[in-house]
Amino acid sequence: MIHFSHVFKRYPGGFDALKNISFELGRGEMAFITGHSGAGKSTLLKLICLLERASRGQTLVNNKNLMKLPRWRIPYFRRELGVVFQDYRLLLDRTVYDNVALPLIVAGARSREIPRRVRAALDLVGLLDKERAYPVTLSGGEQQRVGIARAVVNKPPLLLADEPTGNLDAALSEEIMDLFLDFNHHGVTVLIASHDQRLISRARRRVLELRQGELVRDTGAAT
Amino acid sequence: MTNYLLRHAQAFFSSLGGLARAPIASLMTIAVIGVTLSLPTGLYVVLDNIQRLSRGWEGSGQISLFLKRDTGAAAAQKLADKIRLLPAVAGVEYISRDAALAEFRRLSGFGAALDALEHNPLPAVLVVRPDAAHAGPGALESLAEELGRRREVELVQLDLQWVKRLRAMLGIGQRAALVLAGLLGLAVLLIVGNTARLGVLNRRDEVAVIKLVGGTDAFIRRPFLYSGLVQGLLGALTAWFFVGLSRLLLSGPIEELARLYESEFSLSGPAPMAVLGLLGLGGALGWLGSRLALRRHLREIEPD
Repeated sequence: MIHFSHVFKRYPGGFDALKNISFELGRGEMAFITGHSGAGKSTLLKLICLLERASRGQTLVNNKNLMKLPRWRIPYFRRELGVVFQDYRLLLDRTVYDNVALPLIVAGARSREIPRRVRAALDLVGLLDKERAYPVTLSGGEQQRVGIARAVVNKPPLLLADEPTGNLDAALSEEIMDLFLDFNHHGVTVLIASHDQRLISRARRRVLELRQGELVRDTGAAT
Repeated sequence: MTNYLLRHAQAFFSSLGGLARAPIASLMTIAVIGVTLSLPTGLYVVLDNIQRLSRGWEGSGQISLFLKRDTGAAAAQKLADKIRLLPAVAGVEYISRDAALAEFRRLSGFGAALDALEHNPLPAVLVVRPDAAHAGPGALESLAEELGRRREVELVQLDLQWVKRLRAMLGIGQRAALVLAGLLGLAVLLIVGNTARLGVLNRRDEVAVIKLVGGTDAFIRRPFLYSGLVQGLLGALTAWFFVGLSRLLLSGPIEELARLYESEFSLSGPAPMAVLGLLGLGGALGWLGSRLALRRHLREIEPD
């Protein structure tokens, strides 16, 4: 699903965020990227969803060569991924329903299909009764679950999450993590950037550890 | 296909919603577009009216033959009869010296001054109306030249020169209107473009999120283009309204003036085709202005 080979990312100004990263994440696999802040976790995720382009190396995601993907193809490529953020990135002036429906509307889904799929996604995260609510009226954990529903509503084969539990307490974090584990059980490839060692060891999945832009540890495919 | 149309309808109504959510800002933009477009439209209407007025004059190109003072009434009549027989002439009107004096007295208001003169200073006049087939400027000029060679004729006056001059002036006016329309069209582009730019910047986060979940630039642009189109159209409607209002305010005095010149002239508004053109132009400028502004700004906003 993800294939990185000798990937470098240098930001303007000469800062090397990633140095010589090589790894492969198989279809249906789940892994954590860990490391201190500034180690390059976010940069790695940004390269995968093409918020940034690698400076050097080969990046293949879902059989697409990201180095050669033209700018106008990026939106179509992003429809094949679900992305979850630490700060949720919800549209605050729209209801939960509209937020979750956004990827479907953007992709031009049939209008008859949208309600069914939105409700299915909200059901997965246990927020079916909140579809008319506005995000600000929800708790942090609920907002993140809306973010997750939005990420999975168009059934992407790959789910990325950048510190998805960063703003949540331990109990809520575990709930959120269980959701990701559940998606993985259903065959979705999941890659989560997190520095929460407790959650990572609890999940017992593959771990990729970054330190100052270098991959220093890879526990290998699923245990 | 229906799905495609539905999406466009959604974008259209969401843009209307956006305009309605900021009514003051929208109204201001529309009013500015209206004023901007009403200037060239008003100029166009004025020029159109002058042209319509002068078209009536052009056909009436007539030749006045001022006869020598010593030409008697009988000789004048005889000359009139001779000219009447020419193929290029439709009719000849003889105005005797006395008749000319009476008419001058009636129209000029200098009656008292005339009474002070011992002799009638006015010559007899033959007014020659050319045949419609010979009313072209060239034919008229050669006819005038021919008539001027008659022994009894003191002076020939062809009332055509000033029509030509008016035409030339109208040409300049039309060119000026075009230049003005071009400049003000550019102003409309900038106004709408700026509105679209502010709209995008205000919704920066939303644009970023839509890009993140795979929205194309075309998708993000669509509601802004529709709102530009609607603003341009409403601005053009406003301009039409302003021009109509000005016409209403001016029509009274102008009809008064026309009546003093014994004319039936009244100020007419823009023709239906011109109104359609105005609306089309307004809409197109609104659309294009948004398009040009978004082209740059949508690239700038990238999610991080």
